[in-house]
Amino acid sequence: MTPYLMQPARIIARRTETEGIHTFRMRYVDPELRKSFRFNAGQFNMLYAFGVGEVPMSIVSDPTEPGIFEHTIRRAGRVTGVMAQWKAGEIVGVRGPYGSGWPVEDARGRDVVIVTGGLGCAPAVGLINYIFRRRADYGELHILHGVKTPNDLLYRERFDEWRRAPRTRVYLTTDRPDKSWRYRIGVVTNLFDELEVPPSAIVMMCGPEVMMRYAARSLMHKGIGADSIYLSLERRMECAVGLCGHCQYREHFVCKTGPIFSYSQVRQFFTAENL
Amino acid sequence: MNETYKLPKERLDDLIAHLWSEGYRVLGPRERQGAVVFDDVRRSADMPIGLREEQEGGRYRLLPGKAGEIFGIVNGPGSLKPFFFAPDETLVETKREGRGFTAREVAPESPRLAFIGVRACDLAAVAVQDRIFMHDRFRDAHYAARREDALFIAVNCTRSAATCFCVSMGTGPEAKAGFDLALTELDDCFVVQSRGERGDALIVWLALGSADDDATALAANGVRACAEGMKRHLDTSDLPALLYEEIENPRWKDVASRCLSCTNCTMVCPTCFCNTVVDVTEIDGNMSRRVRQWDSCFSLEHARIHGVNFRPHIANRYRQWLTHKLASWIDQFGTSGCVGCGRCIAWCPVAIDLTEEVAAIRSNRSTRSKQ
Repeated sequence: MTPYLMQPARIIARRTETEGIHTFRMRYVDPELRKSFRFNAGQFNMLYAFGVGEVPMSIVSDPTEPGIFEHTIRRAGRVTGVMAQWKAGEIVGVRGPYGSGWPVEDARGRDVVIVTGGLGCAPAVGLINYIFRRRADYGELHILHGVKTPNDLLYRERFDEWRRAPRTRVYLTTDRPDKSWRYRIGVVTNLFDELEVPPSAIVMMCGPEVMMRYAARSLMHKGIGADSIYLSLERRMECAVGLCGHCQYREHFVCKTGPIFSYSQVRQFFTAENL
Repeated sequence: MNETYKLPKERLDDLIAHLWSEGYRVLGPRERQGAVVFDDVRRSADMPIGLREEQEGGRYRLLPGKAGEIFGIVNGPGSLKPFFFAPDETLVETKREGRGFTAREVAPESPRLAFIGVRACDLAAVAVQDRIFMHDRFRDAHYAARREDALFIAVNCTRSAATCFCVSMGTGPEAKAGFDLALTELDDCFVVQSRGERGDALIVWLALGSADDDATALAANGVRACAEGMKRHLDTSDLPALLYEEIENPRWKDVASRCLSCTNCTMVCPTCFCNTVVDVTEIDGNMSRRVRQWDSCFSLEHARIHGVNFRPHIANRYRQWLTHKLASWIDQFGTSGCVGCGRCIAWCPVAIDLTEEVAAIRSNRSTRSKQ
């Protein structure tokens, strides 16, 4: 069977996160597939809009929900523009799951630092929710998030909610504050001055690469090893099975060994431009 | 296995006819618009007898060669790649139904293919693509359907083109694996070797006698002389490290000032496998096909995602191509992506020569490359 064959899945619910961002809850139509579908936090599916195309989309729901998966989709291009119109009850195409997941098992019992930047980083939201559902399994949780402008801060209520939770610290910053901004000012890396974590902490990052470069450097200075720093990379993943060549990043097919890498896997060339 | 047989030249027609009668589509070198490509061959006269080619950077010419020589032309722009990894192929068909759609796999066409006149470098290239499409984590059903039963009659090279460097890549000029029969052309006959059951069956069907020692020695000498006389070389001793370390080598900008980013090198390359899937929808909007087409890392769109192009400049894209071909390919698939066929040199409109680029990168090597 060709690895390119998508399977019909039904949208059970659609929820609007904010203007242009929707979360779709879905499950496979075929009961057998529904039963066998398993994924790890941080893996992605290929979603197909009939006649328009496919896009990779990370799974943001909890891996323990039987047969169910959720995707948060931001209207950005042609295909996601069509997906933004998807309604509950509709049948869409899905294949997956693909790629590596977040190191949620390795992270058990350790302090966790989550660094995100830019517009609504859905994979990070899924990860934070995952940890909150198993809060006792993890140590201190530090959530660092940087945005260009206050308008880019999606899920503001969630950040406030996380901030109120025990053993959790939230650090927010913006490059260009307005009057409403109550948090730090400056690039996300400034937040690391405040961050106090033991070298045994584990870090998971998602966002612009330039941010992750600085973040990785700052975190290494705090004594955290390259094997304990993880980052989610974005590349053009078309086939998701390592056959189309588009998502290559040096020796990696991001769809296969990624999209989540340990810093030690990419460190040697992570600072190179346009690789 | 090591036995050699003698096939009189006029009996090549018997072999070709036999393969057709066995249900194979037989393909061999054919002259098409001033170059040689693989196409249907019904008799040896279909092949470019008495011709040789002249190749150099950006240059390919067919010229009168040696009278009666059947396999005088080393290669042309067409490798075996398009026969297994189709340039354009429907993988999946979807049909609108109610509030959704149904999807089905479009079964690949799987003709039985027999190739005659395959050079060692091209056999090596097939093995490279097998590794990608059949022996990786995900198996490509469409590639496998055409590839699995293919039969190969190789020709050992007794002359090389000026663009050839198979000796450097360890792939030729003698076919060592991956064939059913291997021929070495002499003036009046072929010296034949067989590998495996299908090759042995052909030897039996043709009722070939053993080649005498003189013919066998002559064939071996021809191949050896070809190897020794090969003009182009690529030093692979410091790969992949050289290209991994030389991310900022000034030569990337230099080659980018010449490279047109035309994608020719990747199209003629027998191992390049980048591809893209496009959606082709019927005019009534009720049926759509997902069609896979060859793509190239030189195209502007190749590494673009919404809002970012990871390789916006030609220098980035040439670096990606060369580094992938000669370095990261080894990490990915345990083999170099280059077989030394020289096509990317001959078919580059501005005569960029990867062997020269690698040498230049090496001579410009920065001393503080290791971090």
